[in-house]
Amino acid sequence: MHVIILMKQVPDTRQAVTLRSNGTIDRERTKNVSNPYDKNALEAALQVKDKLGARVTVISMGPPQAVEVLREALAMGADDAVLLCDRRLAGSDTLATSYALSRTIKKVGNYDMIFCGMETADGNTAQVGPEVAEFLNIPQITYVEDFKIDGDSLEAKRLIEGGYERLRTKLPALLTITSTANEPRYPSVLAIIRAGKKTIPTWNLEDAGVDESRVGLKGSPTRLRRIDKPRARGVECVLFEEEELEVFLDRLRRDAVKLVQKR
Amino acid sequence: MNELLVFAEQHDKKISEPSLELLEKGRQLTEKAGVKLSSVLLGCDVKEIAGELIAHGADKVYLFEHEKLKDYGMLPYTRVITNLIRKKEPEIVLFAATTTGRELAPRIAARLEAGLTADCTDLDIGDYKDESGRLYQNILVQIRPAFGGDVIATIVTPRHRPQMATVRPGMFSVPEKDVNRSGEVVVCEAEIMEEDGRTIIVDSVKTPRKVDLKSAMVIVAGGRGARPEGFELIKRLADVLGAEVGASRAAVNAGWIPYDHQVGLSGQTVKPDVYVACGISGTVQHLAGMKDSKTIIAINKDGNAQIFKFAHYGVVGDLCKVIPKLIEKLS
Repeated sequence: MHVIILMKQVPDTRQAVTLRSNGTIDRERTKNVSNPYDKNALEAALQVKDKLGARVTVISMGPPQAVEVLREALAMGADDAVLLCDRRLAGSDTLATSYALSRTIKKVGNYDMIFCGMETADGNTAQVGPEVAEFLNIPQITYVEDFKIDGDSLEAKRLIEGGYERLRTKLPALLTITSTANEPRYPSVLAIIRAGKKTIPTWNLEDAGVDESRVGLKGSPTRLRRIDKPRARGVECVLFEEEELEVFLDRLRRDAVKLVQKR
Repeated sequence: MNELLVFAEQHDKKISEPSLELLEKGRQLTEKAGVKLSSVLLGCDVKEIAGELIAHGADKVYLFEHEKLKDYGMLPYTRVITNLIRKKEPEIVLFAATTTGRELAPRIAARLEAGLTADCTDLDIGDYKDESGRLYQNILVQIRPAFGGDVIATIVTPRHRPQMATVRPGMFSVPEKDVNRSGEVVVCEAEIMEEDGRTIIVDSVKTPRKVDLKSAMVIVAGGRGARPEGFELIKRLADVLGAEVGASRAAVNAGWIPYDHQVGLSGQTVKPDVYVACGISGTVQHLAGMKDSKTIIAINKDGNAQIFKFAHYGVVGDLCKVIPKLIEKLS
């Protein structure tokens, strides 16, 4: 069994991101972390490895510092890692990114399953998983909370509005894993040290067999037209201090704001 | 431009509300661009609900009926819709950003090698000048929060067709139903291949929703600043007010409260009479889900928090001190 995990380095959305004047993100002034949902995907694969035995390969596409994500994954228990890193990938949208990742996956080869996080914390598009699956012509199941492997197929619990469905699909397949699926493990100090010493291969477009014309800005159908800070509404907020709660509640009553509902 | 196509999601022969909302926005866009509004409906024995789409604003409905299309299945649905798009070449294709739309649209976009913008909060028709100075007129302008909700991005798809987008549920209202509206139902032949049967539905289970944020009149919500101890207070305040409890993504991700309570871009969109935001800084991610509430009250330690720019009333202070006092005064 060989499981491939797709992971992305994202700006830590718990802190405000810094933008350059052209609307792109200033990564040097923003702290980066592994996309939290991708760690659920990795954990799901490591549980397969623990139970059934599997080789786990982690792939990331990004700038040189994205290697940190792969080191963390190796420390958590992944066996191999590949970083797809090439300046010509800059500006790739989800379609171009998915194409480049699918080529890299093909080059790594011989996979039974591919796991991704359910979305990324920076883009929140949830598009790369399904697009990669389409480029590889394999089925995908999204929002998977639980799954069971059964020979050459698997059964997955997919969360949908107001409940869930259980789907059965043939392998190879791609799953996107929810944050409720598991609790990602913490690596031991020893494992972190060991992962730090590992050499992680960095592939350029030629290494991965990626067609240059299909990535970067020119390979991306979508364009960012502009970027704005959210507009505040025109209303002035009436502010009160902690000590003025009586005045605050009086004001709400006067303005007919109905705070207490009848059950 | 020829047509704007809306994917009509149906479950148990009922058109889903987010799909009807797309017809509302779709009408505005087609009137601006001077094109027809069409819709595609897949299912088994669903002819009678095709008229619903016309009554809600569609000029034309492409109807595909097949036993294998009865319930949504990603592979057969991708095949049928992709083939329709190839044949009709619509300028724009819209999906509701439901769990269905969010996986079906990218699958179709990749097959067509088309551009797709996820989770739009608004759409418009406008112009775009690219880096070489070339002007594209009357194209789809796609608006969505980005970078975890810190900024609003405007995205266009200048050259590739169709221009595809998924649209966040709850952003537009369901259009008024007019049974006298006329439109055309085009019965189409579904071509499904054997390889589309690689995935099967074993069963589908409805879990009763415990939290009802959509119909709540008052919501008391907590964010990163609330901490687990703050949520205990928030729940008590909600109890006193007869309100539901909401939460920001940060609070849900921290594990302080289940996902059912999440308000915002990756949670639910709500419009209660009163929204009390406690320890919520006010990212676009969260604002997208609650900014249309009639009255917004913010309680936050940081007087400069973004949420105060959107709130009508604010209390600057530690929620762990403010909420107990409010409970005392309101009980």
